[in-house]
Amino acid sequence: MPKLTIDGREIEVASGLTVIQACELVGIEIPRFCYHERLSVAGNCRMCLVEMERSPKLIASCAMPVADGMVIRTDTPAVQKARKGVMEFLLINHPLDCPICDQGGECDLQDQAMAYGFDRGRYEENKRAVPDKYMGPLIQTIMTRCIHCTRCVRFSTEVAGIEEMGLLGRGGHVEITTLEKAVESELSGNLVDVCPVGALTSKPYAFSARSWELRKTDSVDVLDAVGSNIRLDCRGREVMRVLPRLHEDINEEWIADKTRYACDGLHRRRLDRPYVRNAEGRLEAASWEEAFKAIAGRLGGLSGDKIAAVAGDLCDAESMMALKDLMGTLGSPNLECRQDGAKLDPGTRAGYLFNTGIAGIEQSDAVLLVGTNPRWEAAMINARLRKRFLAGGLEVGLIGPAVDLTYPIESLGAGPETLKQLADGKGAFAKTLKSAERPMVVLGSGALARPDGAAVLALGRKLAETFGMVRDDWNGFNVLHRAAARVGALDLDFLPGEGGRDLAGILEGAASGAVEAVYLLGADELDLAALDKAFVIYQGHHGDAAAHLADVILPGAAYTEKNGTYVNTEGRVQLGRLAAFPPGEAREDWTILRALSEVVGERLPYDNLGQLRQRLIGVNPVFAAVDQVERAPWEPFGQEGPVDAAPFELPIDDYYRTDPVSRASETMARCSEELLTTAREATGTDG
Amino acid sequence: MLQDQDRIFTNLYGQDDWRLDGARRRGVWDGTKKVLDLGRDEIINQIKASELRGRGGAGFPAGLKWSFMPKENEGRPAYLVVNADESEPGTCKDREILRYDPQRLLEGCVVSGFAMGATACYIYIRGEFFSEASHVQQAIDEAYEAGLIGKNACGSGWDYDIYLHRGAGAYICGEETALLESLEGKKGQPRLKPPFPAACGLYGYPTTVNNVETIAVVPEILRRGVTWWTSLGRPRNTGTKIFSISGHVEKPCNVEEVMGIPLKELIEKHAGGIRGGWDNLLAVIPGGSSVPCIPRSICDTVLMDFDSLQDVKSGLGTAAIIVMDKSTDIVAAIQRLAHFYMHESCGQCTPCREGTGWMWRVLTRMMTGRAEPEEIDVLLDVSRQVEGHTICALGDAAAWPIQGLIRHFRPELERRIKTYKETGRAAAE
Repeated sequence: MPKLTIDGREIEVASGLTVIQACELVGIEIPRFCYHERLSVAGNCRMCLVEMERSPKLIASCAMPVADGMVIRTDTPAVQKARKGVMEFLLINHPLDCPICDQGGECDLQDQAMAYGFDRGRYEENKRAVPDKYMGPLIQTIMTRCIHCTRCVRFSTEVAGIEEMGLLGRGGHVEITTLEKAVESELSGNLVDVCPVGALTSKPYAFSARSWELRKTDSVDVLDAVGSNIRLDCRGREVMRVLPRLHEDINEEWIADKTRYACDGLHRRRLDRPYVRNAEGRLEAASWEEAFKAIAGRLGGLSGDKIAAVAGDLCDAESMMALKDLMGTLGSPNLECRQDGAKLDPGTRAGYLFNTGIAGIEQSDAVLLVGTNPRWEAAMINARLRKRFLAGGLEVGLIGPAVDLTYPIESLGAGPETLKQLADGKGAFAKTLKSAERPMVVLGSGALARPDGAAVLALGRKLAETFGMVRDDWNGFNVLHRAAARVGALDLDFLPGEGGRDLAGILEGAASGAVEAVYLLGADELDLAALDKAFVIYQGHHGDAAAHLADVILPGAAYTEKNGTYVNTEGRVQLGRLAAFPPGEAREDWTILRALSEVVGERLPYDNLGQLRQRLIGVNPVFAAVDQVERAPWEPFGQEGPVDAAPFELPIDDYYRTDPVSRASETMARCSEELLTTAREATGTDG
Repeated sequence: MLQDQDRIFTNLYGQDDWRLDGARRRGVWDGTKKVLDLGRDEIINQIKASELRGRGGAGFPAGLKWSFMPKENEGRPAYLVVNADESEPGTCKDREILRYDPQRLLEGCVVSGFAMGATACYIYIRGEFFSEASHVQQAIDEAYEAGLIGKNACGSGWDYDIYLHRGAGAYICGEETALLESLEGKKGQPRLKPPFPAACGLYGYPTTVNNVETIAVVPEILRRGVTWWTSLGRPRNTGTKIFSISGHVEKPCNVEEVMGIPLKELIEKHAGGIRGGWDNLLAVIPGGSSVPCIPRSICDTVLMDFDSLQDVKSGLGTAAIIVMDKSTDIVAAIQRLAHFYMHESCGQCTPCREGTGWMWRVLTRMMTGRAEPEEIDVLLDVSRQVEGHTICALGDAAAWPIQGLIRHFRPELERRIKTYKETGRAAAE
């Protein structure tokens, strides 16, 4: 461990650090623009120059590795002069349009100009102006503000894995550009965050708010099963923007575009009051009493086995717990949370978790992806896989439709047959898995949401055991979920009780009349046509597919409008927080169920969230361990049996429109149109 | 003055055959095997003892540079890269070697490559040097055919390939790390140091980048002996050097001379003197466009070597002497150089990208006197803000000519500003 002296203070740091990191360890902040700790070092802004003994020139502290006996000085006149000089150079061609710049108030250049800027300019010549570039529906460019730090270029080539962004030209004429192409990455929104100035800003958020007038709430994302940590910035009742929050084990400091930009969907197509279908078959606005009365009237006298409940993808654990308890009082065993029909086995927790953990990917050296496109199903997990690939020595095999995952993959086959052969130890990739130290397999919902899903799951278990993926220090068996609610629902056993119907049973029963009433808790992604005859109660926040079919609509809260518990695909329990109140008469979901329980059956035994959470913990103690991942014991799961030859199919065909929130979002619609609909021919009526 | 028998570049003017046969007649490839038999360490020790300094401009001791290369390479490649991207304004010494004496360069590549443990050599040649590139390629082909390079080079039992790569015409690609980037097929932008090329160079492997002239003189030093070489010139500034003399002299020329020859003697003996006589001399840029100019008073006595010129706050650089007589508009001359550096800045790091344009714009106004007197100090300050704060030396190269101008010709700048203020018209030269 090298020992060095920084401003007279001796410090011993890990080797491999750079001087700027060592300075941070002793609490000295070095100003910087181009340096970003998660990107490669460019050393081009020259803001971080410091003095090093025995070096005739100042050194760039971001690029200089620490060495034993180094003597660094960060506050000498020469260093101050250099910083002021660099700051002056950066500002001579910067437009200084802070009052109309969206970055104003959270701009690195603005902040550091306060410390190192002159109070007047010495530059008497004309400033440079740079034409703005088109970078797609999410990124607004004002290129005159660019200081050419190349953070965006490094982010897109390294983290996002796209090559289109670059620095064109030379000297004072250099320009960042994508050559008028949209940034085709599901991580493009992070470019706005890495840009230290206002050159790349958020297009949907343009000119809508100033950072200092926003109320900030720490929460978690529910639009996929990763559970990215986010910060919700609200003005009044409106979520203005979503930003990433640092969590090393989940999303580091990035988030996916859907997480960031679907927030305008929270203001559209909202259910803000209860509705009841009237005698003419039309939905009519109603009061809560009327809605509850309609439900009580229909459910009254109905035996439990004629009632069913399905929980959707975005539900918090509390509301699912309340619904489960409510169904219990009504005597219904027909509960289901696997609305995509995935044959997950709830018996063994390790059988439905991403056991390796997201951060654990970095230790793996061989990955087998089965029936999944992680780039769309869990963009942050794909980013982690790419990070692991960049570190070198990772082999990735894929069974299922070939997709571009931003790192090389070996396409092994299309369906379960290939998986079976591999599990028997046949094929070239079997050797790779065998020789790997820490191999892992990832089963996506494309592999499990099919009639032979249970057999595929058992094959996955067999494969994991064959290749020694499950050891004391390593569990390489992973299920990649797409729904934020799913693991929580499985943990609290929101599943068919004794003699209860599963999803297929509920749909069949509803069609045949054996099930007369179905309670949909935010469930929109199932075969709704089958529920045509049944009495459907829809509790949710968006007027999406299921609301159109419902007989009673109970307006609930979206994830930004309630305090809720979510369990991500790793099995990590996290808390989402209320950032704004639900619109109109909509209420937090568990309170709706609690109120309904008084009308239709027994009153649920909790009066506040704390009591409900105690009940959750009583059902499954994992809910007590917030933000902790405990290793799940390895026990048999799945059901061995014949597999179908049909190839795996990917569940998502439009990344930008996968759930009620993103389907309601105009920004996501625009992304879908500009980024995914490539072959579409424009007609005369197109804008 | 250099005696004819001490000349290394005996075909500097192309009067003799440049091909392999002609080169052999001039002593190239004579006993190369014997030189190689000295062994790696001995060659490096001798070059260290010869005090040979790099001829590309910075004057870094060549033997020391080679000794940074790893001794044991565990089968990994290591490279010698010859910098033939001669683009410094005023400099045309490497070109003559490339077109009239390419075999001498190749022999140097073999000897120095052997000494540093290289497995292959790349010659990165300036794109505009078309016929030079063609000569070097033919020379490489001939050398392969004669078994001098390739498998079992010179019968030494060591395999060594030489490749020629043509650049695409960017000045910055003459900076060693930008050259490596360009050679790898990337945009020619200098890399951060450390890591230095000797640790992580071309394709991430140990690499040494040397100038054409440095490499070309190596076999001759080893053949004739270190004492012969050190007997020429002064301590730390030994041997011979090709000087390129251009500008307002009667007979612009390239000439090989001994290091440390007085500037006046050099110009009068070889270039036919200053146009209009020595008294008509205004200033000289002694080392290619990147070094500060020196006025006549210094030119009278200064010696042409690294240390003497450094003592007068200039530099030997590439030893390209740009002579300006009293008809020269010195401000316009430096302004043109400032434009060159602005144009050639790669745009990667802030001080150079922004500073070169700023300095050129101010100088453009000062040329005609459209400035305030205090702007001279601003200009000097800006040049100091660029100098030493950039990734590569281009920032320094852009700042130094301007600092030289202000140091020696400040009254001229002030006169122009005053004249413009008084008359409203641009001052005459």
